[in-house]
Amino acid sequence: MTVESLYPRLEPLLAQVQKPIQYVGGELNAQTKPWDDVAVHWALMYPDAYEVGLPNQGLMILYEVLNERADALAERTYAVWPDLAGLMRANGVGQFTLENHRPVHDFDFLGVSFATELGYTNLLDALDLAGVPLHAVDRDESHPVVVAGGHAAFNPEPVSDFVDCAVLGDGEQVVGDMTDVHSAWTAAGRPGGRTELLARLSRVEGVYVPQFYAVSYLPDGTIAAFTPTRDDVPTTIAKRTVMDLDEWPYPKQPLVPLAESVHERMSVEIFRGCTRGCRFCQAGMITRPVRERTITGIGSMVDAGLKATGYEEVGLLSLSSADHSEIGQLAKELADRYEGTNTGLSLPSTRVDAFNVTLANELSRNGRRSGLTFAPEGGSERIRRVINKTVSKEDLVRTVTTAYANGWRQVKLYFMCGLPTETDEDVLEIAELAVEVIRAGREAAGNKDIRCTVSIGGFVPKPHTPFQWASQASAETIDHRLRVLRDAINADRRIGRSIGLRYHDGKPGVIEGLLSRGDRRVGRVIERVWRDGGHFDGWSEHFSYDRWATAAAEELAPFGVDLAWYTTRERGEHEVLPWDHLESGLDKEWLWDDWQEALNEDEVADCRWTPCYDCGVCPTMGTEIQIGPTGRSLIPLTPIGAGPRPGVTAQVDVDVEASVADPVHTH
Amino acid sequence: MARQPDGPPPPPTVQKLRLRYTKRGPLRFASHRDLARALERALRRAQVPMAFSAGFSPHPKISYMGAAPTGAASEAEYVEIGLSARCDPEAVRVALDASLPPGIDVLECVEAGEGTGGLAERLDATRWRIDLAGVDPAELGDAVAALLAADVVTVAKKTKNGPRDIDARAAVVSASVSEGAGCAILHVVVRQLTPTVRPDDVLAALAAVADLHPPLPPRAVREAQGRLDDSGEVADPLAQDREAGSRCQGEPQPV
Ligand code: SF4
Repeated sequence: MTVESLYPRLEPLLAQVQKPIQYVGGELNAQTKPWDDVAVHWALMYPDAYEVGLPNQGLMILYEVLNERADALAERTYAVWPDLAGLMRANGVGQFTLENHRPVHDFDFLGVSFATELGYTNLLDALDLAGVPLHAVDRDESHPVVVAGGHAAFNPEPVSDFVDCAVLGDGEQVVGDMTDVHSAWTAAGRPGGRTELLARLSRVEGVYVPQFYAVSYLPDGTIAAFTPTRDDVPTTIAKRTVMDLDEWPYPKQPLVPLAESVHERMSVEIFRGCTRGCRFCQAGMITRPVRERTITGIGSMVDAGLKATGYEEVGLLSLSSADHSEIGQLAKELADRYEGTNTGLSLPSTRVDAFNVTLANELSRNGRRSGLTFAPEGGSERIRRVINKTVSKEDLVRTVTTAYANGWRQVKLYFMCGLPTETDEDVLEIAELAVEVIRAGREAAGNKDIRCTVSIGGFVPKPHTPFQWASQASAETIDHRLRVLRDAINADRRIGRSIGLRYHDGKPGVIEGLLSRGDRRVGRVIERVWRDGGHFDGWSEHFSYDRWATAAAEELAPFGVDLAWYTTRERGEHEVLPWDHLESGLDKEWLWDDWQEALNEDEVADCRWTPCYDCGVCPTMGTEIQIGPTGRSLIPLTPIGAGPRPGVTAQVDVDVEASVADPVHTH
Repeated sequence: MARQPDGPPPPPTVQKLRLRYTKRGPLRFASHRDLARALERALRRAQVPMAFSAGFSPHPKISYMGAAPTGAASEAEYVEIGLSARCDPEAVRVALDASLPPGIDVLECVEAGEGTGGLAERLDATRWRIDLAGVDPAELGDAVAALLAADVVTVAKKTKNGPRDIDARAAVVSASVSEGAGCAILHVVVRQLTPTVRPDDVLAALAAVADLHPPLPPRAVREAQGRLDDSGEVADPLAQDREAGSRCQGEPQPV
């Protein structure tokens, strides 16, 4: 089959749109393969704008893993902005991939990575632009198998009408298994058509095919039961877990766009999973257990990635990077290795912990100390016990003050509002905290040239967490608490002007809540919103609360439920939750007990340093914690940016010899 | 009190190189900022020993000049880079070209000639080739004649601060027409004034004087950029550097 490039027809349209560079591809490290050389074709989509989607690590990893296979190719596609989408519809140009501008319609799989539920309407937009029927049951063999992945896929029920499969957990291995199934089915002459293909896929571990399951409801609107409609599909679907991250050093060649993106740096994932047990954190719950990459594995990924990209900054990524068993040594040895090379090293937002300041100091040895970010999440000590992210007020103030004393000018603090059991007083403590931080910070820094930014967002309860039963705070509650907080911060102008407050109103969180804990009935709301013109819901200029509220009211009324039923309603212990058949490995009883402990303000320790507390993941999934220390250290090498390389300078020999001979550990 | 980074100041610039590069194919949709980012990363990957500015956020010494607009292709973009160690210009050209995406091709790299003055001053005109699909060459010819016959042609140019009236005619040095496959081709030499008169503005001028409205988006290529010579042609802006280079043969040594 020959697949034609849509580029000649797309090109005249590009002259008429904003930022056309995002649609032409040609990124550094992009890969292209001849269509006819492989059996299975994957289009990988991040359902948001290019600038947000391109840096996505998950997509980059699968892109490389698939393209390394001799029998498969993978190309990328992102959400198309309305200006171009309109022109494409008017000119009959379909959703395309960036590598070769091939029509998404012609691929075997369309894999969509959902980091957030607010990308759902963009999925519908892309399907429509691609000429693929919106509903899975209306598709035939000429259409791609639409696969949802990413964290939101742990409750794919709201999009179950639109996707053929959802994949739970780590994608590295499962995409290979799915490729095998597809090519075997094709080689056998496509027996049984699309239904047979989906049935075969449903027997791949981690793959869920919603159309093979029926849901029944009780009179009160809750779920009665969830039943397979075929006897050859599993009753529950368990997530996939990749063990030994060193064997999966992806992305090896991170994509570098010409266009500007939200992250102008490369990232190396230093471990996956988290057992800190923060009760609000879906990512930490569904990615257990902790699997560390070794210090040497990280060192070679950083080196290879910098050489392959030319980026000047590396982020050491994970859910709680300071917890890596070798982080102190890693920070020192990387800082040694890249000293004097104009290479920046950074950690994502960290726990409030003096050790994190030490780490950040080490990583910023060359002097760039602009901003440091901490995430206390809860405003008061009490609420921090509820969410299991305990830190005392004294420690918090002391840590931030230490940062100022060490030359950091700007500290950002992340908080949530609307947490279970929260009152106005809990949120008002954020103001007290910020004021104290600035007072102590001015003293420590010896000047008034310091700032503290308080960033606060509304909490959305997520599936597979102890808070999955919780009542979500209403938009009015969130907005009220943000207002009293703002007034409290502004009360003392002399201090208040050193404090910045960043917040969003509560309404988008309500819709995210509907989509997060929704069931199959919510699919009608999504489709209605999209038909009414909704898309790019993660962008305030496109998001319309009223459109969602109207759609929810009208589409849910026949079922006797509404927006509040899905969001502010607290669930009971024995209610069947829409994701109960999807296994993250967490024992539902353990989650319930943890929920009760949260209400009692009881803490739970981290199983890396204390005995296993039986959350259920390891025995259910056959996995185990993989942490160091390994006792290894980084070997000396010539890093990029250290000096000229052979063939470029006139006096190479001396320079290269010097940098190779110079041992890395001189400090 | 401004804090200064610890340690010695960055090494000084010991050599300046001037490069000519292209913007071809789909990469014509790159903006000047996209190109700057691509170039800076490619310089790092190619391990060109760049000189840096001092301070907490050191920037590599790169001077950009006269970038072609987003959507226009170019065979003649110029940039000057400052190096902290002397390099063979051809080796830099090859290494940098290999590190840039296809479509951004480094065609020339010469050492800035001692006493030849700045490069930016030598870039005061562009020769554009603009393909107008679906336009009759005779019709374009008439429009061009009307444009050249006019003294002043005012067009509204989109700027950051809203539309602004400019005289497009003043910038046009010469213009001629040829025939291509299914299109008329406009060859036009435009003086670089402030604000810049771009291909879009020339087309707006043709619309104003002769009601010419191409049915499809025009495709513009900057074929040459440089100083206007006495005959009204665009001269090679690197010629002086090349001459100066050949006068002091043998230095620097290629590796
Ligand atoms: S099963 Fe035990 S060791 Fe494994 S993640 Fe849960 S608490 Fe930790």
